[in-house]
Amino acid sequence: MVLTLKDHRFVPSEVSVPAGERFRIEVENQDTTPAEFESNDLRVEKIIVPGGKIAVMAGPLKPGTYKFFDDYHPDLAKGTMTAVAGKAQD
Amino acid sequence: MLASLIIVFREVFEAGLIVGIVLAATRSVPRRGAYIAGGVAAGVVGAALVAGFAGALSDAIAGRGQEVFNAAVLSVAVVMLGWHNLWMASHGRELAGEMKAMGQAVAGGDKSLIAMAIVVAIAVLREGAEVVLFLYGVAAASGEGWVSLLTGGVLGVALGAGVSFLLYVGLLAIPLHRMFTVTSWLIALVAAGMAGQAAAILADIDWIPSLGFELWDTSWLLPQDSILGRALHALIGYSDRPMGVQLAVYLVVLAVLAIGARRIEARNAQVGPAPAAAASKRVQ
Repeated sequence: MVLTLKDHRFVPSEVSVPAGERFRIEVENQDTTPAEFESNDLRVEKIIVPGGKIAVMAGPLKPGTYKFFDDYHPDLAKGTMTAVAGKAQD
Repeated sequence: MLASLIIVFREVFEAGLIVGIVLAATRSVPRRGAYIAGGVAAGVVGAALVAGFAGALSDAIAGRGQEVFNAAVLSVAVVMLGWHNLWMASHGRELAGEMKAMGQAVAGGDKSLIAMAIVVAIAVLREGAEVVLFLYGVAAASGEGWVSLLTGGVLGVALGAGVSFLLYVGLLAIPLHRMFTVTSWLIALVAAGMAGQAAAILADIDWIPSLGFELWDTSWLLPQDSILGRALHALIGYSDRPMGVQLAVYLVVLAVLAIGARRIEARNAQVGPAPAAAASKRVQ
């Protein structure tokens, strides 16, 4: 899954992933200031330099909604990830 | 201003808790002030370097540079904290007995102080790098209101340092002979928490097995991103959603430090108790 940070906002800001699986999140920072991709729900915390790109592993998640944000711009840059049970699991 | 105050305060607060414990734990070790101050200064310089090379660090080791670096510095801190605790187990009595500036204790004390200075430097470096990057972003954005953001940052540093000072004063209020027991336990818990954290980071990048991604979830009761959650995370390694390997490493480090200290104390007692210890035993 690929997320982009532009003007301190996540694009897309709402994503869904299959529940019960380990998956990879890539985040690209297109802003001119550093960002920190963080999620207490997903247990992720990683700095992204301006123009940089990072990848983190997350999950497996139980079905539900998980929040993520840029710790340096928590008001603007935030999004949610929905873990959906279903086909991917069986 | 409030946003930057909160961000900076959080980081300084976490590093400050470690500094407060270290200051209390090294109480009555001669010349500790210079070592601890040196550790803080080295940490600030290190934080600026890490922030400056954040891009290169991030790309290193196939994009896992940040994780490996964090796990490595945490491991170093664990070793230093553990080493200090075992040193305290053999020399704590002399310090508790206020036998300052006595040959062997001072020689060993210097080494222990270096270990603690390294711990302080690492704590400041880890939290500081985030602050430096944040403030860099504030400066780079150069939009209006950066003065207010910077003011918030400075206030955040002051508040964080204040909390660390309060913890230190609180620990000093404990009578000397009991205080070293308290700080030894605190340091053992901090070390165990850091070791567990390092293990969790390595499991996150699939370098070691996680042994269960989520043993339990207490985020509804005490979220780790709340101030109390953060304090407990820094102090005793609290995690609202711990991995199996995180808990396992936590318990192993805690057990090793507790058993190691007890054995050293038992051995010292056999060889011949220090005068202060003998005196305190008679009182009991």
